Amino acid sequence: MGVGIEVTNLNAWYGTNHTLQDINLNIPANHATALIGPSGCGKSTFVRCLNRMHETNPIARVTGTVRIGELDIYSDCKPVEIRRRVGMVFQRPNPFPTMSIYDNVAAGLKLNGYSTRQVLDEIVERSLKNSALWDEVKDDLKKKSGASLSGGQQQRLCIARALAVDPEVLLMDEPASALDPVSTSKIEDLIFQLKTQYTIVIVTHNMQQAARVAEKTGFFLNGRMVEFDSTHKIFTNPSDKRTEDYITGRFG
Amino acid sequence: MRSVVDGAATWLAILATVLVVAPLVAIFVYLVYKGASSLNLDFFTKMPKPVGEVGGGMANAIAGSAILLAVGSLLGIPIGIGGGIFLAEFGRGTRLADAVRFTADVLNGVPSIVMGIAIYALIVVPQGHFSAFSGGVALGIMMIPTVCRTTEEMLLMVPHAVREAALALGVPNWRSVLSITVKTASPGIITGCMLAFARVAGETAPLIFTALGNTFWSTNLNREIAALPLQIYVYALSPYDDWHRLAWAGALVLIVLIVLAVSLVRFVTSRGVLKGAS
Repeated sequence: MGVGIEVTNLNAWYGTNHTLQDINLNIPANHATALIGPSGCGKSTFVRCLNRMHETNPIARVTGTVRIGELDIYSDCKPVEIRRRVGMVFQRPNPFPTMSIYDNVAAGLKLNGYSTRQVLDEIVERSLKNSALWDEVKDDLKKKSGASLSGGQQQRLCIARALAVDPEVLLMDEPASALDPVSTSKIEDLIFQLKTQYTIVIVTHNMQQAARVAEKTGFFLNGRMVEFDSTHKIFTNPSDKRTEDYITGRFG
Repeated sequence: MRSVVDGAATWLAILATVLVVAPLVAIFVYLVYKGASSLNLDFFTKMPKPVGEVGGGMANAIAGSAILLAVGSLLGIPIGIGGGIFLAEFGRGTRLADAVRFTADVLNGVPSIVMGIAIYALIVVPQGHFSAFSGGVALGIMMIPTVCRTTEEMLLMVPHAVREAALALGVPNWRSVLSITVKTASPGIITGCMLAFARVAGETAPLIFTALGNTFWSTNLNREIAALPLQIYVYALSPYDDWHRLAWAGALVLIVLIVLAVSLVRFVTSRGVLKGAS
């Protein structure tokens, strides 16, 4: 089951560049939350702070607290532990190119030391079914490389790979921006199903997409969160003038 | 006009290709012409005969080269790959990495005869005798820089997105490097190892002061040992026509064995590669 995320006074830097300033927000469990805003506004940095991927860049720094469920991720545990509980899907599909479809999905479990055959087989099948890819690849699981799939299939493979380690939260950083419209709608259908089991945070440039899949939407601008409310309110009656300007296309 | 330029460029490219391939083909054809007539089963199974006796082979030199190259590879490939992994993954940007990279480049430029003398002073003199082991060490050290720098370059070519994917799954960094990054770069790393192997397989100079050569059968790492390049060198400088022919045959066998070894490794490592893997 998904858990909620509670962000308090989060600040993040790349070198001297203050990319996130005093972010406070509560992301509800088992819902999809969309983050919108112009390029460079800090949305991606924000989601990367939720699984401590931000700090893999040597010049990056973070202050503030992030609670995922009961866990304060910056003081209670190591980065590798939180990344197993918070899955991530990137903008460009990034399957492991030398691995088969099966090994791609099993990678997170195998590399973390779980390897009984039968359990792996079950988890791989379940994850590929959950990511709506099973029927397309079930005959080539070990014969074909993950890189031989189409872009849309690769992205669903990456979702399956993230689901296989059984996370509570799924972060998606513009998961459909490199895909064609048909693949995009498949990913959106998937988000609809997945949010019953996982807490989903999705960064998107596509406002229709935010409106379609998310219950809550946050608007970021210049490293600050301008407004966070129900998606319906953000798109029909935003309280902040800047949010209104952005969603009506006056800038960004 | 544009089609004229296009045609000229195409023909220039074809000409350049021919010029690149021509020397190799010429060498190979000449070796076959000179050496093939002396090649028979005896060449691979018999020992060298004393001067004046017809026949004989280079069985000891073929076995000796195999042993020297095995010792060299066992030493040079792991150290080279380890150094390359350090340069690309763990030491990036540190002063130690800069020093290692510089040392590897200098080592690559050290003439092979100097390598032979250095190993003579470091191993042969203290031990008091020539040995297959010291020859293998000389070849191994010569392999290190090539293996190390190609490993580094191949690892740096692995896309950042692939490393991020592994880290985002909660895989510790060292595990991600060994199981994901190195695995993704392995075709290029294997090519680097093969280049280094092929290069030292034909080295003569570093063996003169170390392995020395041997007219008898020996597989003892502590004794002097024969090697194909050494035997070719000795036979080619001799005044006997019979030995000249054997030297040509030896050169042909050396090249064919290198090609076979490289093809074998390529074949073995390409099995199990998946459809569509890049």
